[in-house]
Amino acid sequence: MNQSALPKVLTYALVGLVLLFLILPILIIIPMSFSDARFLTFPPRVYSMRWYEAFLGSAAWMSAARTSFTVALLATILATPIGIASAYAITYSSLRVMRLLRLMLMLPLMVPIIIVAIGVFLIYARTGLLSSVAGLVLADTMLGIPFVVLAVTAGLQSFDHTQEMVARSLGMNRFRAFMTVTLPQIKASVASGAIFVFISALDETVVALFISGGETQTLTKRMFTALRDEIDPTIAAISTLLTVISFLLILSIGLFQRKANRT
Amino acid sequence: MTASSDADLARAFERGEHRLMLLLALPAFVVVFCLLVLPLGWLVVQSFWDDGPSLNHYARLVTDPVYLNTFWLTFRISFIVTIVTLLLAYPVAYAATVATGAWRAVILAFVLVPFWTSVLVRAYAWLILLQRSGVVNGALRDAGLIERPLALVHNETGTIIATVHILLPFMILPLQATMAKIPRDLLTAGASLGGGPLHVFRCVFLPLSLPGILAGSTLVFVLCLGFYITPELMGGGRTVMVSMVISRNIELYQAWGAASAVSVTLLAIVGAIFWTVSRFLPLDRVFSTR
Repeated sequence: MNQSALPKVLTYALVGLVLLFLILPILIIIPMSFSDARFLTFPPRVYSMRWYEAFLGSAAWMSAARTSFTVALLATILATPIGIASAYAITYSSLRVMRLLRLMLMLPLMVPIIIVAIGVFLIYARTGLLSSVAGLVLADTMLGIPFVVLAVTAGLQSFDHTQEMVARSLGMNRFRAFMTVTLPQIKASVASGAIFVFISALDETVVALFISGGETQTLTKRMFTALRDEIDPTIAAISTLLTVISFLLILSIGLFQRKANRT
Repeated sequence: MTASSDADLARAFERGEHRLMLLLALPAFVVVFCLLVLPLGWLVVQSFWDDGPSLNHYARLVTDPVYLNTFWLTFRISFIVTIVTLLLAYPVAYAATVATGAWRAVILAFVLVPFWTSVLVRAYAWLILLQRSGVVNGALRDAGLIERPLALVHNETGTIIATVHILLPFMILPLQATMAKIPRDLLTAGASLGGGPLHVFRCVFLPLSLPGILAGSTLVFVLCLGFYITPELMGGGRTVMVSMVISRNIELYQAWGAASAVSVTLLAIVGAIFWTVSRFLPLDRVFSTR
């Protein structure tokens, strides 16, 4: 080996190790979730579906999963159009106040989540939204708006606005022009923004710890409290399912963007 | 039609346009204002209130060693995590930049899959891996490197390992985005002028990647300052970071004044960091990876 090749080899060895460090902890959960033992070992000695049955057979876990998916879906349905509308206004309005608004809409990403959580708790305690699905949906909508705004403003910036103007000058009203000319061309950005909202709402834990309770506990809140007390192997099964879901969702973002790039 | 009525018409059009844009922005404004800006203002007021306007809560932050230690520990952990992620992320981002086709896709997949995997799932994975009878201790013992299991979890070590794992993609992605924009020609030019690979790297590539380093470090440092779930699960109650002090003051003691003062201090620090960074780098560059 000559001297100039050595740093290269070392670099790639380091890169390989870092990549393994990133992926192995997630992959190792999958075989472990099929273990038969109460105390998880790797590799599992006997395989079984025991922990999946424990998850699917538990009313408490299933109700938490239902709450989580309902909330994430509703928050996505709410945050996406709200975010698109504000991204449109921010991109095309000449009003100076829009720059301030844009900064404000980024706040949910900038403020440490624990502070967001106690803030939302303060408001909900006075409006009766504590322990309600509506309260969770609103909170996740607020947390999701920045994802849509970032994705859609990026999409609008690479879109030629005159096309929409032409459609309007040919007699379409503004809404129809947006829906038939603009939206189809930025749909990859919209879709990735929406998927980000869904994944982040599904994963949101800290706000849910403060505002959800009783009948409306989310999956992550239940997982968190279970993990604080003991290492319950049921969580390995849930983790595997959650990982598969987010993997499929990112895969779909990739496909969307690839399709959008081709056309 | 006279010129003045033309101008009137244009003004009326502009007013209508402004009104429509404000209307479109209104729902997002209302949601973020009511659920975030309003309560933040409330916290600020509460932090200066103790049966009347007072600085009592802040005085306690400065005098009580518990608070000082927590802030110190949080800064120390955030600093360590930022340095470690930078050292680990830089070669990966570089490899992803110079790799071609399938290799780049593979590297990015290895980064993006953990990035979008639930934080709880990853904390759980590390709990299992690092526990006394866990995979890591087992492997080290089988390799003959240790005799008794190391205490890797429920302490600061566990917190740092899991936090580095969770924040690493937040460093790699902005670094990679910046490196991708560095023209290859510059490196060739540097080499053709007689610079060795290391010299070209230090004098050309490294300076040009500085915006990425700044964006990634800011993101990782600020996220780490406000981390809650990971230290709570991995720290075993001993590694108390700022977020945990806030939540404990509320959940255990209902001490809203103290919690508000800590929150406002943390918020001011985070705000100051973002403000400083925004003078060198548009904040969009920092956030586009989230």
